[in-house]
Amino acid sequence: MPEKVLMKGNEAIAEAAILAGCRHYFGYPITPQTEVAAYMSKRMPKIGGTFLQAESEIAAINMVYGVASTGKRAMTSSSSPGIALKCEGISYLAGADLPALIVNVQRGGPGLGGIQPSQSDYFLATRGPGHGDFHVLVLAPASVQEMADLTFKAFELADKYRMPAMLLADGTMGQMMEPVVLPAPAEHFIEKPWAVTGTECKRPHNIANSLFLLPEVLERMNFERFERYARVEEEEPMWESFLMEDAEICLVSFGITARVSRNAIVQARKEGLKAGMIRPKTLWPFPKKPLLEAAGKVKSFISVELSMGQMREDVELAVRCQKPVYLCNRTGGMIPTPEEVLQSIRKANEEGG
Amino acid sequence: MAKLTFKEELCKGCGLCVTACPKDILALSKTRLNSKGHAPVEQTDPEKCIGCAFCAMMCPDCVITVER
Amino acid sequence: MVVFEKPKSLTDIPMHYCPGCTHGIIHRLVAEAIDTLGIEGKTIGIAPVGCSVMAYDYFACDMIEAAHGRAPAIATGVKRSLPENIVFTYQGDGDLASIGLCETVSTAARGENITIIFVNNAIYGMTGGQMAPTSLIGQVTQTSPYGRDPKTAGYPIQICELLATLEAPAYLERVTVNNVKNIRNAKKAIEKAFRYQLEGKGFSLIEVLSSCPTNWGMTPQKALEWIDEKMIPQYPLGVFRDKEA
Repeated sequence: MPEKVLMKGNEAIAEAAILAGCRHYFGYPITPQTEVAAYMSKRMPKIGGTFLQAESEIAAINMVYGVASTGKRAMTSSSSPGIALKCEGISYLAGADLPALIVNVQRGGPGLGGIQPSQSDYFLATRGPGHGDFHVLVLAPASVQEMADLTFKAFELADKYRMPAMLLADGTMGQMMEPVVLPAPAEHFIEKPWAVTGTECKRPHNIANSLFLLPEVLERMNFERFERYARVEEEEPMWESFLMEDAEICLVSFGITARVSRNAIVQARKEGLKAGMIRPKTLWPFPKKPLLEAAGKVKSFISVELSMGQMREDVELAVRCQKPVYLCNRTGGMIPTPEEVLQSIRKANEEGG
Repeated sequence: MAKLTFKEELCKGCGLCVTACPKDILALSKTRLNSKGHAPVEQTDPEKCIGCAFCAMMCPDCVITVER
Repeated sequence: MVVFEKPKSLTDIPMHYCPGCTHGIIHRLVAEAIDTLGIEGKTIGIAPVGCSVMAYDYFACDMIEAAHGRAPAIATGVKRSLPENIVFTYQGDGDLASIGLCETVSTAARGENITIIFVNNAIYGMTGGQMAPTSLIGQVTQTSPYGRDPKTAGYPIQICELLATLEAPAYLERVTVNNVKNIRNAKKAIEKAFRYQLEGKGFSLIEVLSSCPTNWGMTPQKALEWIDEKMIPQYPLGVFRDKEA
């Protein structure tokens, strides 16, 4: 039996990253993710790794870019306003086809916003966080166990597809304590012949680069990258279905709101309301297939989220507007109660599809 | 006896080597252009070259190889 | 016997710089230092955004292209990942002294064991000659058409002097490449900076006063004279820090 340990969400991210072979962490203090940095500052020196408190979020992501160029696993973590600053570097990572992990423990915005939980970086994360045509993998944990598992998975996927990955958590997930079974240390790593490690005068020089001045070359790079993204969309969507066999109302929710929704669904079932949930574990690639399938069976969808309907747009696109997609949301750091979600299930039931 | 070799196609005709030459035996061609349209540098009196390599040191484009 | 030729650490790709631009000389001096120390196989260079953006094509060692101003942060990541390798950045004045000043100062303050080659030509070359943080008082550029006025545009930033206020840097020197004698000095300085890194002495930065005939609106030869007449009085040559001296 693997041992269960009680951990905070933010610490589970940090330990799972180390188990995934990440030995280079660069960060800048910002609430509510500072435990990741604090944990790394304790652990990294003991295992011969790097913890470096950078001069800015921008510097931190570029330090990650440096390590990623050398073919090693590297990460940074921050919260919403800090992630906005990192967008420059994330775009360059994507443009140079470099894998790395960016953890976003979201807080409310816009602007300085607040420090309470939020999911309002949904667009920022899923539409390509930075300038230009690109995507990052977006993984959305809903438990401390998944904070660990999806961090581990994010490194693997990032290497496999040579692209940055973002773990999209929120303040509640970061602070929550739950028992966790940590993953076994990673043993197999993909070869990276493209890495910038010094030629040893044995091969032509490698260049980590996102500059392509010839339009036809840049276009080809973009087309090729999106062919790779198409494979990701085909092969990598992850989701969990909950009571969907006979569901008439399908809730769609991730992270902390998925946990609230689960409670509400159990309550609704007691009232005879056939509610179920599709919980995306990846937001990009978005689990379009199960949602489209569900559209043929259910009467309506409810997007339960901590933002102003950002995910609802993806649900509507996924179900091709075949059924109504209602919104149950709070923002600014507020979290809906199970009763509030139950109310929207009742309302959806009355309005039908 | 010194010998200069010019990778003429790389020459941009900036003339920095011409001014650097202590023997004043370099000049930009008055009769020829390279494929980029620059008048390349030429030695006017190779016999006088002392192989000091000042020209090569001033050249931003590594046009000149110096042998002695 | 060959007494002077293109160093091995430069590729055969023709450089795109304007005629008479001294970037090419500085590239060659960096490559000569790499050759002399026999470190081509373990050197990783980082190119900036600016005229030398395509330096990654010209150096034969492994290269990384950085976002504007971020080369020192990338160099930090590379060096932490591969401490046995030799890491250098090659940056212009807009890149290093304006948009990337935070990274420059912080990397120097940490004493990262890397080498920065800072090319100061007092202008933004690639974008067509705008005012730089290092443009001289009164210097006419595309964005200071009446000359740099300190009342509205402030004063030139002297990077070596600025960094010399920090504890950590091991070696800071300002050189230029406007004549053979100065090129020889610059060559020594650049080689020494790389040697210091090899010896683990810590952060080094060599500021090289460079010419921009095109955007200064001068002949290549006149531009070299302008370095003597105008730039050196504002940016005196010399050693600003040498932990071995």
